Amino acid sequence: MLEVKHLTKSYQKDKPALTDISFSVEPGNFLAIIGPSGAGKTTILRSLNQLIKDDDGQILLDGSDIRSDNKSQLRKHRRQIGMVFQNYNLVERLTVIENVLHGRLGYKSTFAGMFGIYSEDEKREALDLLDKVGLKDFALQRCSELSGGQKQRVGIARSLIQHPKVILCDEPIASLDPASSHTVMHLLKKLTVEFNIICVANLHQINLAKKYADRIVGIRQGKLVFDEESDMLSEEILETLYDQTISKELK
Amino acid sequence: MSSPIKFLAQKHRKQTAIIAVIGSIYVLSSWILNFDNFSGFTAVPKAFNWLGVNFFPTAESVELLPRIWQKLIETVALAVSSTVVAAIIALFVAILGSKATGINNYVHVVVRGIASFFRNIPLVAWAMILLFSFKQSDFTGFLALLLMTVGYLIRAFMEIIEDEASETMMALKATGASYFQVIFQAVLPQIMPSLISWVLYMIENNVRDATLVGILTGTGIGFIFDLYFKSFRFDAVGMTILAIIIVVITLEVLSNQIRKVIL
Ligand SMILES: Nc1ncnc2c1ncn2[C@@H]1O[C@H](COP(=O)(O)OP(=O)(O)O)[C@@H](O)[C@H]1O
Ligand SMILES: [Mg+2]
Repeated sequence: MLEVKHLTKSYQKDKPALTDISFSVEPGNFLAIIGPSGAGKTTILRSLNQLIKDDDGQILLDGSDIRSDNKSQLRKHRRQIGMVFQNYNLVERLTVIENVLHGRLGYKSTFAGMFGIYSEDEKREALDLLDKVGLKDFALQRCSELSGGQKQRVGIARSLIQHPKVILCDEPIASLDPASSHTVMHLLKKLTVEFNIICVANLHQINLAKKYADRIVGIRQGKLVFDEESDMLSEEILETLYDQTISKELK
Repeated sequence: MSSPIKFLAQKHRKQTAIIAVIGSIYVLSSWILNFDNFSGFTAVPKAFNWLGVNFFPTAESVELLPRIWQKLIETVALAVSSTVVAAIIALFVAILGSKATGINNYVHVVVRGIASFFRNIPLVAWAMILLFSFKQSDFTGFLALLLMTVGYLIRAFMEIIEDEASETMMALKATGASYFQVIFQAVLPQIMPSLISWVLYMIENNVRDATLVGILTGTGIGFIFDLYFKSFRFDAVGMTILAIIIVVITLEVLSNQIRKVIL
């Protein structure tokens, strides 16, 4: 279980980016974080694997606090937390399978990792995962030659090979066309259930959040304004979140 | 805060002012240098005509080709070796100094300062300073080119790392990869094309500059250029220049081809 308690962060003095954020997610659940731009969604997500050092609070993964980790403990925690990015953040010059295998780096000795030496099992698993995300025939293709949707699926495979307890997705579909968006969201939802992992995704599209997420957390100006089952999300709540009527989006 | 309209008007005024300042600097410097613009321009064709007549390679100068060729190869080798060594040094320093991969901001500022220092001392000044210690030798030229190139490449490499590798670095850091794993698996592969492109560009530049340095250090193609020039063998000078031009253009075409393949 992932538990966030009283998370607080400010980049500049007296300008809090996050104030007292608390929520928790059980394995097999998909949590969407929604809210206007600049609300603090990215800050929350990056605090969860400590790419950003927050100021106060607790982040408990199965009871152990990531925030009090030393360097090697943090490395062990990070390899249990996959991350999927809006811009995919792949090494474009390398092949698809090399990028997937990068997800194993956290488990490898520095030397083996530096020179990309992977075991047969790891390679086989990478191919299996590529099959799972629908890219079986692309293993040896350069990532720069893929479409956005395909790149994002490579990103998902890279996070899965970490054997993660949690996958964090920061606007995973914001750069994708509607069809690819659905493919990626569907895939994330399916894998969350299949591997019994926790998926936390920042999303802009409220309709997709409602469709795929089990629960939705709303953030506004760094504060948590609601935390509901996704079916419970009403127009009134959205109005307070975005300061405007967006009933169209709900349909 | 000023309104957008005010801001745009101000920006426009600023641009006009900058153009006016550049114009006045030109007029002022022409006046200081006693440079008569009109006769300056009319003198250009005459100068070219004179060059064409006196520097035209003759049958005799063609006989000098093997010697010129040998010296030219020496010079190209000097340029290539100094650039490659400079690139290796610069890559190390840039990794230590860039905002994305570096040690800290203090180191970043120091590295930028050092790079700027090496870059901004003119090549000729480097060569003259180094002549004191290393006399007229290939090594002096090598070192002068090396130091200047290191200055250019450190800055270029730092910017490339910051622009092109920050995002992938973050992704690998998030998987739990260690620092050296991130450098080797994300940063280096990601920046390699831009890096090679810069090295090729510096080699092209350094072949030209190595000629100049050779005049001072008495080595390579610069040396025989100087020799022929001072002994009034203008036809041979013309031949030398022609050979340099051919080599420089060949290198440019070659490196453009390489760029096309790697980018
Ligand atoms: N590196 C940073 N330095 C200073 N302020 C930042 C930085 N990153 C984010 N912020 C500020 O923190 C707030 C939350 O940003 P962010 O988490 O990126 O929001 P979101 O992802 O919801 O759009 C914004 O006001 C933003 O300007
Ligand atoms: Mg964001």
